[in-house]
Amino acid sequence: MIPILLTSLPLVLAVVVYFNGPLRAALTGKIAAACLLLLLGILAYVSSSPSLQHLLSSSIEWVPSLGVELLFSVNGFSRLMLFLIFGVGTVIFFYASDYLKSHPQQHRFLTVLLIFLTGMTGIVVSDNLIQLFIFWEVTSVTSYLLIGFKHEDAKSRWNALQALLVTGSGGVVLLLGFILLGSIAGSFDFQQIVQSKESILAHPYAVPAAICILIGALTKSGQFPFHFWLPNAMSAPTPVSAFLHSATMVKAGVFIVAKFTPIFTTQPYWDWPLVALGSITMLYASVMGLMQSDLKKILAYTTLAVLGLLMMLLGVGTELAVKSAIVFLLGHALYKSVLFLSAGSIDHAVHTREVGKLGGLFRWMPLTAITACLAALSKSGFPPFFGFLSKEYVYKAGLAEEAIAPFIIAMAVLTNMLLMALALKVGVHPYFSKKNSVPAAGKAHDPSPWMTFGPLMLASLGLAIGMFPAWISEHVTNPAVSTILMSEVSISMKLWHGLNLPLLLSVLTLAGGLSVYAMRHNRIFDKTRESTITDPFEKIYRSGHDGLIALTIWITGFIQSGSLKRYFIWMISFFVFLVMTKLILIGAPPKSSYETPLTLLDVSISIMMIAGMFGALITKSRLIMLLALSLVGFGIAWIFAVYSAPDLAITQILVETLIVVLFVLCIRKMSMIRSLTRVSTRVRDIALATLAGAIMTVLVLKSQWIQFAPSISEELMEWSYPLAKGKNVVNVILVDFRALDTFGEIIVLGIAALGVGILVTSNRSKSKEKSSNTP
Amino acid sequence: MKSIILTQTTKFLTPAFVILSLFITYRGHNLPGGGFIGGLMLSTAFALLAVSDGVEKARHALRVSPEFLIAAGLCIALISGLPALLGDDAFMKSLWLPEFSLPLLGKIHLGTPIVFDIGVFMTVAGFTLKVFFSLCREEEN
Repeated sequence: MIPILLTSLPLVLAVVVYFNGPLRAALTGKIAAACLLLLLGILAYVSSSPSLQHLLSSSIEWVPSLGVELLFSVNGFSRLMLFLIFGVGTVIFFYASDYLKSHPQQHRFLTVLLIFLTGMTGIVVSDNLIQLFIFWEVTSVTSYLLIGFKHEDAKSRWNALQALLVTGSGGVVLLLGFILLGSIAGSFDFQQIVQSKESILAHPYAVPAAICILIGALTKSGQFPFHFWLPNAMSAPTPVSAFLHSATMVKAGVFIVAKFTPIFTTQPYWDWPLVALGSITMLYASVMGLMQSDLKKILAYTTLAVLGLLMMLLGVGTELAVKSAIVFLLGHALYKSVLFLSAGSIDHAVHTREVGKLGGLFRWMPLTAITACLAALSKSGFPPFFGFLSKEYVYKAGLAEEAIAPFIIAMAVLTNMLLMALALKVGVHPYFSKKNSVPAAGKAHDPSPWMTFGPLMLASLGLAIGMFPAWISEHVTNPAVSTILMSEVSISMKLWHGLNLPLLLSVLTLAGGLSVYAMRHNRIFDKTRESTITDPFEKIYRSGHDGLIALTIWITGFIQSGSLKRYFIWMISFFVFLVMTKLILIGAPPKSSYETPLTLLDVSISIMMIAGMFGALITKSRLIMLLALSLVGFGIAWIFAVYSAPDLAITQILVETLIVVLFVLCIRKMSMIRSLTRVSTRVRDIALATLAGAIMTVLVLKSQWIQFAPSISEELMEWSYPLAKGKNVVNVILVDFRALDTFGEIIVLGIAALGVGILVTSNRSKSKEKSSNTP
Repeated sequence: MKSIILTQTTKFLTPAFVILSLFITYRGHNLPGGGFIGGLMLSTAFALLAVSDGVEKARHALRVSPEFLIAAGLCIALISGLPALLGDDAFMKSLWLPEFSLPLLGKIHLGTPIVFDIGVFMTVAGFTLKVFFSLCREEEN
C-alpha cells in the first residue's frame, strides 16, 4: 500500500503540475513539495508503528497468466533511500519552484522532476527485477530530459545525450544480467532469487550475470571508466544536479550493488572489480576535481569520488564496511545537495560559478554562506559533524579489513584530504575569501526563504546527527545494514571513540586537507574556465561517438543507395542466404518420392509458363514483357485450380488481373527499352535469379517432408463444419480459427495503404515543386 | 484510354462485379470465396471503371473514399470479435444465430465470422483501390 502510494503519487502530482502551466508553476511546485513532505511523514509514521508493518509491502497482479506480479516492498535499506528521496526531494522542490521562477518551461521542468521521483522511488521499492529495470530506465530518460533542459544550448544537448547513452547502454547490460539471473533462479522475484543463492552461485551463468549487473551499476553511478558523463551532466539546472546527480539517481548504482550484496558478496568477481574501480574512481575524481574552476564541476567530481568510496566499501563487504558505506551515503546526500543548492544560489545571485572570481559573498548572502559552511564542514569531516562520523567509520572499516587494510586506508586518507580541500574551496572560499570579489556582488542577496530554509535544515541535520548519532543509528542505518547483510546488526554509533588509530587518521586528514586547501592558489590547482583540462575519457567517448555515426552513414549509403535495382538485389541475396543456410543445416531428404505423376496438362501449363518467362526476357516492349510475365502468374493460378485449391486460384487470378491492369496504366506512356544493361551486369543478375529460383525449388521440394510440428491440417478439416459451421476450410481458418491473424493482416494492409498514399502524395508534391521552380 | 467498347461494357460489368463480389463474400464460408476474394473482385470492378472512364469517375462511383473503406472494415472486423467478450469467451470466438430460411436465398446462417469477413472484404477492397487510385492518378499527372 505505502510503496505504491509513494510511487504513484508523484506521477499524479506531475500531471497536476503540468496542466497548471508555467504561470502557476511556482505555486504548484511548492504544493508538490508539501505533498512530498507529507508522504515522508506518512512513511516515517507507518514504518515506526509496529501494527502497520503490513502496509509496507504489496503486490499487484500484472499478467496473471504468465505469473507476472508487480512486487513492492519497503525494507530497512529502501526506507533509508526513501527518506533521502523524499526528504531531499522536498527541499529540492521548494528550491526549484523559486529557482526557475518565471521560466516559461518551469512547469515542464517540475513535471519531469516528479516523474523522475516516481522512477527513483520505483527502483528502491521494487522487488521484481524487470519492474525495477523499468523504473531504472525511467530515471535514465528523465535524467536525459533534465540535463538537456536548456535545449537551445548545443553543449547541453550533447551532455544529455552522453549521459543517456552511457547510462542507457549500462541499463541494457543490467537487464541482461537480470534476465540471466532470473533464468537461473526461475523467478524475477528478488526474495526468491536471494533464497536460491546457493544454486545461483553454482551455476555457470552466475559470473556473467554478476558482471552485467556490476556494469549497469557502475555506469549509473559514474564509476571509472564511465565517470565522464557525470561532470558533464552539470549543464542541468542546479536543483537537478543536487537531486539526481548527487543525492539520488547516481546512488541507484550503489543501491543495486548493495541490493545484490547478499548474493554475490565474497565472490572474487564481484568484490575485486568493486574495490579496484571504486578506489581508482575516488582518487582520479578527487584529483580531477582539484583542477576544476566551476563550482558545480568540482562538486560533481567530489560526488564521483564519494560514489567510488561507497563502491569500494561495498566491495570490501564486511559488516563494518557496509555500515560505514551506509553512514557515508546518508551523510553525503545531506551535505552534497546543500552544497549544490548553495552553488545554485550563488549562480542565481551573481551569475557566475567560477571559483576564481568569487569571494567575500558572506556580507551579502549570510544565510547561504552559513548553510554552505555547515555543509562544507560536515563534508570535510570536522567534529562534531556527521561527516566526521562517517569518515571515522570508513577508517575503522578499512583497519578491520585484514588483507588490504594499508591500501584501503591509504586511498581513503588521500581521497578524504582532497575532498576536504574541495569542500572548503566550494563551501568556504566563495564566502570568506577576501582576495577576489565579484563585481556584481553589491547587488547580490540571499534568495527567497523557500530557497534558503530547506538547505539550512539539511545542513543543520548534518550537525544534529553528528551530535546525537545513536537515534539515527538505531532507527535508520542499522536496519539498512541488516537488510543488506541479511542479518541483525547492532553497531552503535558514537561521536567519541577515544584515542585510537581512526582518530589519528582523521586528524591527519584534517591537516592534509587544510594544507591542500592552502595551496589552492598554486598554479596547478588555480584553474579558470579556459585552462581546465578535458577528461581524457571524454575524448575517447567523443571519438567512439563520431566513429559510430560515420559507420552508420557509411552502412546506410552502402545498403540504401536509392537504386531500386540495388534494393532488389539485397532482398533476393539475403533471402537466398537465409534459406540456403537453413536448407544446408537441415540436410538432404531421405528419399525423393512424388506421389502425383505428371499429367499432360501439367506439362503444357509448365511449357506455357516457361515460354512466358523467355518471352519477357527477350522482348524490348514493356507491354509485351508484362503480358508475358502474366502468363506465368495465370499458369500458377491454373495449377492451383487443377490441384483443388479453388480459393487460391481465384485469388491469384484476381491479383494477377489487377496487377496487369495497373502496370498497363503505368507503363503505357513509357518508351521501349532502348538499351540493355552491360553483359557483366546481366550475368550477375542471371546468376542471382537462377540461384534464387533453384533455392525456391529446393525449398518447395523439401517442404514435402520437413515437418517441424505435428500437422494440424487433418484436425482443421475435421473441425471445420462441426465447430465453425463452415465447409470451406480455407475460409474457416481465415475468419474463425485464425481470425486474430487475419485481423493483424488486414491492419497491416491498412497501414500499407496509408504508406502508399503518403509516398505517392509526397512524390507528387515534390515533382510539383520542381515544375514550379523551373519555369 | 478512351474506347467506346470498353466504356459501354463497363457500364454493365461494374454493377455485375459488385453484386458478384458481395455474393462471393457471403458464400465463402461453405464454397470457394470469402472476404479476400470478394474484396479483390470489388476492386476489379472499380479498376475497370478507372481504366475506361478515368480515376475521378471511378472514385465518384465508389461514393466513399478507399480510406473510409479501410477504416470501416477494420472497425467492423474488430467489432465482430467483441460479442464473445460479453459472454466471457475469448476475443473473436465465433458466435452464430440460429438458422432460418428465406425465400430465394434458402437457408441463412448468420454469425460473427460473416461480420468479420465483411470487415476483411472492405479492408482488402479499400487497400487495393487506394493503391490503384494513387498510382493511376500519379500516372495521369
